[in-house]
Order: sequence, then structure tokens, then C-alpha cells
Amino acid sequence: MKLQRIVYSVLLLIFAINRSAVSGVLPEDRTDILYHQYTGGGVTIDGPSVLVRKQVGKSVSFAANYYVDMVSSASIDVITTASPYTEERTQYSLSMDYLRGNTTMSAGYTSSVESDFDATTYNLSVSQDMFGDLTTLTLSYAFGDDIVGRSDDPAFSRDNTRQHYGMSLTQIMTRNLITSVNFEVITDEGFLNNPYRSVRYADSGSPAGYAYEPELYPHTRTTSAVGLRARYYMPWRAALQGEYRFFGDTWDITSHTAAVTYVHPMGPWTFTGKYRYHDQTGAHFFRDLFSRSEATNFRGRDKELSPLTSHTLRFSASYEFLSRGWNFIEKGSVTASLDHLMVDYHEFRDLTSTAPVGEEPLYSLKANVFQLFFSFWY
Amino acid sequence: MRKNPILRTGAAVLLTLGLSACGGIEPWVKPYERDRLADPIMFLDADPVSTSYIQHVYEAREGARGAEGSAGGGCGCN
Repeated sequence: MKLQRIVYSVLLLIFAINRSAVSGVLPEDRTDILYHQYTGGGVTIDGPSVLVRKQVGKSVSFAANYYVDMVSSASIDVITTASPYTEERTQYSLSMDYLRGNTTMSAGYTSSVESDFDATTYNLSVSQDMFGDLTTLTLSYAFGDDIVGRSDDPAFSRDNTRQHYGMSLTQIMTRNLITSVNFEVITDEGFLNNPYRSVRYADSGSPAGYAYEPELYPHTRTTSAVGLRARYYMPWRAALQGEYRFFGDTWDITSHTAAVTYVHPMGPWTFTGKYRYHDQTGAHFFRDLFSRSEATNFRGRDKELSPLTSHTLRFSASYEFLSRGWNFIEKGSVTASLDHLMVDYHEFRDLTSTAPVGEEPLYSLKANVFQLFFSFWY
Repeated sequence: MRKNPILRTGAAVLLTLGLSACGGIEPWVKPYERDRLADPIMFLDADPVSTSYIQHVYEAREGARGAEGSAGGGCGCN
């Protein structure tokens, strides 16, 4: 209730300071057709994503997104405790932006469906341009409702609810520098662990020296993150961006994420290079090997909850065509990008190797994320 | 500590007036000086579909989330 009062008060303040004579703008009309592919750690996920955005009249813009993940998984979790599997996730999103003066109000709906996981999200946001459009303040709220199932048990059904509270401030600092700060709090309540995943515990009666039992997570989680970004126009026509995010949650995970991006156009081409660094501590209930069965109240062995460090290198090239327009199209571009992701887990061990129990080598992951997409503006 | 409704209301009014006064600030970067900021290479999120996708990948591969823009729902995580 206190958070709701704060959000309400800030909304009132936004409307109170709506005094600038310059109007805001709606997002550009565009269509993106994207193919994405993730390969690494025994997992391949690929599929399309299509976004269509169109303004209707002077003050309303609609957007629709169709997205598919086709998953083929033989990941380290799967091959050590279960059988490889394939599945498909389909996601639909609809949203509307309404511009009135300097204020943009947005509402959206997203539905994601898998054979054993349904997620529905409703989101609202209000954005206000201020001080001669040098400052944009955005407040957002989203409510998510998930249903977790099991493909091998039709009777299994558990609920989750999620609430997102966000605030972002974008500030033009100089004619060459734009900055933003984002703050987001997300709360989860319900069945938060993966119904298939297991933890391992030392068991001298087992031939391997260990055995498995189901994960058991806390039923609530609250995460807070603050992100800073600054983008600078270089003395030549190029842009340099630096960003940093600090994250903390009630599961005792804290992380630092930083990235630097360089964008360099050359004629119709635009080249982008990026390096991203992420380092996190582990959840308090994560163990690679528990001392015994039901050793702690909560138990998890999801490698993403382990302390880890990741490095990502990105390179992308974009080519702009139809610069003079064609028919109703103003311009188009085609972009190819590759992200190379390297993750070192500091406590999660690779059980595919033969070694004494608890002394297996630490697991590491390398993955490539490829994207190819066409964009049209009209 | 007991919350005083008068103090809270007064603080809210003062804050509102203060921020309203800020509305009179002259923008120090004039509209005609924003040509570089209007260049697409300066957009903080030039390709929202691609950004949303890669953030979904990071959320699936790491324990952190939020404050980086929007990401898709669902899982597809393993």
C-alpha cells in the first residue's frame, strides 16, 4: 500500500508539472522481422520475432509482436538428471501508446504459452517530457500471472504472480551526451522453482556417492536493480555508450553488470561492437552438493543461482537500403549480429567428468547468439 | 515514529511547487542544438525487438533481472 501511495503521489506530481509548450512524440512506425538462434551448452533455441507498429491518427500508436522459441535441450542439467527434450514457446504481445501534450500513456498485454508454462502479463506506463524535452520521466507497472505445469503430470498446476514497479529518467546533458537512470523492483510470489530440476546430496549408499531430490525454493522473491547509461557523440560521427547495473534480491544474490558499446557508421553501413561483463554472488540456498537429504529448508542447484562471472562480446553490422523511399516505405535496413557468451560458474560442477564426489571440475559455458533482422520504416 | 499528516501534506505541496518552478528553467540545450542527439546512432534503444530478445537471453543465463528495459515472459530457460 505504501508503494502504491508513492506511485500515486509521483503521478500527481508529473501532471502538476506538465507546463512545457513542446509536445512529446510517439514511437516510429516500423516493422521488424527477426530470426534468432541461441546455441551453447547442449541447447539450441531458435525462432522468429515479428513486430509491427503503426500510428493511427495523431495521438495513438499500436504495436503487435509475435515471438517463438523452439527449444532443443540436452543441457548439463538435463543430461545429468533427465532426458533431452524439445518444446516450443509462443508469445503474443499487444500494446497501445496514447500521446497527450507531453504525456505518453501506454498499456500492454503479453501472453506466453508453452506445453507446461503459461505466462500472462499486463503492463501500464506513463511517460512525461519536461524542461524543454531535456528530461523524460517514466513510471511503469506490470502484473504477471503464471501457471506452472508438468508435461508428465497433467494434474500438476501451480501459480505465480509477479509485480514490476519501474521508474526511469532520461536526461539530455549536453548536445553530445544523453544519460538515463532506471530503477526497477520486481516481486514474485508462488511456485518459483523448476518442477523438473533436482538437487544432489551426498549419499554413501548410492553407487555414484550422491543421489537427487527435487528442488525447493522460497515462495517469494523481491529483486531491486538500478541501471545507469550514458551515450556520447564522439568528435567524429560515432557513438560510445557506457552502462552499469547494480542488482540485489532477497535470495542474497547481488550482481554488478557493466558494458561498453561503440557504434560506427560508414556510408549505408553501421558497425557496432560491445563488451559486457557480469558478476554475481549465489543464492543462499544454492549448493552444488548438499551434505544429506533435506539438509536445508530451501534447496536449489540451478546453475544460474550459483556465483558466476560472464563475459559477452558482440559484433553487429547493419546495412540501410531504400534510403530514398519506395512506395509507402521510407527506408529499410538489414542487420546481422553475433553475441559470444562465456560463463564461468564458481560453485556449479560438471558432473559429466569422472572425479571424486564434490571435486568435479567447475562447469563453464560458451554460447553463440545469432540474430538476423529486417526493419522497415513507413 | 508517528507520521504527521500536516507535515506530509506540506512537504508534498512544497515539492510540487518546487518542481513546478523548475518548469520555468530554460533548456540549456536548445532544440536547434540537438542534431547529433537526433542521429539514430545516439538512440539508447535503436532496435527494440533485438534488445528485448537479448535481455531475455541474459535473464535466462544469469540470476539478475530488471533495470535494463523490457524482456519477454515465459521461460525457455534450460
